[in-house]
Amino acid sequence: MFTVSELTGLLRVSIEEQFPDFWLEGELSNLRAPGSGHVYCTLKDRTSQIRAVLFRSSAVRLRFALQEGLQVIVRGRLTVYEPRGEYQIVLDTVEPKGVGALQLAFEQLKARLAAEGLFDQDRKKPIPVFPRTVGVVTSLTGAAIRDILAVLRRRWPTLHILIAPVQVQGEGAGRQIAQALADLNDWGSVDVIIVGRGGGSLEDLWSFNEENVVRAIAASQVPVVSAVGHEIDVTLADFVADLRAPTPSAAAEAVVPVLTDIVERLRELTVRTGQVMLRHCAFERQRLDAGIRGVTDVRFHLQEAAQRTNDTVDRLRELVQQLLTFARERVHEVQRDLSGLNPILTIKQGLATVPQFSKRLEGQMGVILAQHRHRIHAMLAQLNTLSPLAILGRGYSILQTVPAGQILHRASDVEVGQELEAQLARGRLSCMVTRVCDDSTV
Amino acid sequence: MAAVKFEQAMARLEAIVGELEKSDLPLDESLKIFEEGIRLSKNCLKILEEAEHKVEVLVQDKNGKKRLHAYSSDDTADESSS
Repeated sequence: MFTVSELTGLLRVSIEEQFPDFWLEGELSNLRAPGSGHVYCTLKDRTSQIRAVLFRSSAVRLRFALQEGLQVIVRGRLTVYEPRGEYQIVLDTVEPKGVGALQLAFEQLKARLAAEGLFDQDRKKPIPVFPRTVGVVTSLTGAAIRDILAVLRRRWPTLHILIAPVQVQGEGAGRQIAQALADLNDWGSVDVIIVGRGGGSLEDLWSFNEENVVRAIAASQVPVVSAVGHEIDVTLADFVADLRAPTPSAAAEAVVPVLTDIVERLRELTVRTGQVMLRHCAFERQRLDAGIRGVTDVRFHLQEAAQRTNDTVDRLRELVQQLLTFARERVHEVQRDLSGLNPILTIKQGLATVPQFSKRLEGQMGVILAQHRHRIHAMLAQLNTLSPLAILGRGYSILQTVPAGQILHRASDVEVGQELEAQLARGRLSCMVTRVCDDSTV
Repeated sequence: MAAVKFEQAMARLEAIVGELEKSDLPLDESLKIFEEGIRLSKNCLKILEEAEHKVEVLVQDKNGKKRLHAYSSDDTADESSS
């Protein structure tokens, strides 16, 4: 008689010996992935099911995610889990049925990242038209770098190219590519980045489908152009890149224009600027000339008008002068004729009254003159009585020295022999002093 | 960034030529943007002339610091031998 353990142990050995390595096709269900990292599931077909376990060491090697309901082909061995007395398959590899594991992984990651919006068109940054520095993430040994450098150099000979060398396939390639993208972003002066490699198998291109590469492209502040393999190869890097170029050469063509074209364009724009400005100036010059002609015409008219005005003014001035003279004369006439009278009154009364007034003035003047003449005569008669000549008439005479003509008042004023002249009422006498009798000495 | 400046300058120059060619601007406005256009044209040419062809490789030294060295065909040899 066996114990439970003994029988279970025997069954386990038997089963393990019988099914050490086999392939099996089935549908995945009851997927469970606890924290241990082991994956537990059930493989089933229409009528039966078997428990299976994928230990952590094998699980991490899977490139795609296990999904409920997925039809898979597995390789493994059969064993018995003794604590429960259950038999189960210890899975070594799991392959999706129909498509390759890589293809499935691609589709799965693509769907997941698309759901996150990483491939949305509105995330895509514009590629600068005139980059000054182009970053290149690729292998230094591949054909891609030679193609890219050749095209860039041909199109824009003065371009600054910054290469971040990476492995583009194999273990760690994805991590290097993601790091290089971050490094070129950190460098600061890069205007656009080309990331890619030459052609190869799906396995060779696989790094460009890795999640960290896709995320690094999405995170890049600098616009990224993908150039992976040939035109028919499509990677997730192509979906997330701001621009997908079919080949590395095409990427180089996409990021820089042809320098000579740009110089030509610049020259053309400059020439056109000058030409259009010259045309504009010529047009304005014509307008100006027309304007000047117009102004000249106006000036001519103005001159004519000024001449006419001058003539008119002269005539007016003359006329005014005449009027003034006439008026002044008339006023003078009136003033002369009517001095002493209120001219306004005179004007009001009119010229007809002038002769009358003149006559009256003349008459009055005659009376005044006669009165004065009479008074003068009276005064003259009065003066006459005071005249020394009148005294002489009464018998007095005046003695004067000769030739000084000094009138004598005292005898002592002269000496003997002094010639004197005596004036009488009528005529004069020449005399000689013969003796001086001074009363004061008497 | 120089690239952006150049792109903007070219775009502005195109716009100026377009505006001038419409020729419905008054003369003083035209002169103003004409002068701007000539200035842009000179600047663009200067940017083009100043650019220097360089191919450099971004590498990490022993201390993990990033630096640049000039690219040469030797780089290919180094890589392939390692």
